Amino acid sequence: MSVQSTIEQKLQQGLNIRHLEIDNESHMHSGPATDSHFRLVLVSDDFVGKRLVQRHQLIYGLLSDEMQNPIHALAMHLYTGEEWQLKNGQAPQSPQCLGGSKGG
Amino acid sequence: MSVIDTIKEQIEKNPILLYMKGTPRFPQCGFSSRASEAVMNCGERFAFVNILENPEIRAELPKYANWPTFPQLWVQGELVGGCDIICEMAASGELETLIKQVAAEQGADEA
Repeated sequence: MSVQSTIEQKLQQGLNIRHLEIDNESHMHSGPATDSHFRLVLVSDDFVGKRLVQRHQLIYGLLSDEMQNPIHALAMHLYTGEEWQLKNGQAPQSPQCLGGSKGG
Repeated sequence: MSVIDTIKEQIEKNPILLYMKGTPRFPQCGFSSRASEAVMNCGERFAFVNILENPEIRAELPKYANWPTFPQLWVQGELVGGCDIICEMAASGELETLIKQVAAEQGADEA
């Protein structure tokens, strides 16, 4: 199974999801890996009442195996249903790589 | 001193602390670049640690913080978050409010 499908499966199992986007952004980064950098937009009412840092830790927890390897970076934009409506369904884009972890 | 003790001391002694790849002048990662720029834009002094030059901190801090990646912004001993959170808080104005408030408290302590 691809890393992207694994991420999707684990998130679907762990959360009540209203909207999910997973982009493989590995092509934007230096180094040989092709399944290393991902961007996630996830809307779930499981985030209601949780601070941003807690929401991110929840996702890191669900993906802890993948965060060890092969995921190197995971950009996350995590919203409740209400917040997503206020954003009109738009999440920020990721930056370009600057090459600092080459070979690392 | 163990690495964890070093980390604890850094977090305790620096009310605004950014762990990043590279330095604010020469960031080595797009996420660290964005994060340091957002903190710099708040106009207050802050401390940073270049984790590319501190491999032990790079290895140990993620476990201590329950946060697997860098950058990490710590304010008054608490993890605020990584690049996405820092940038979202910067966009909403929340980051500047927080940083200014902490800097003001710090100035008052030193005066």
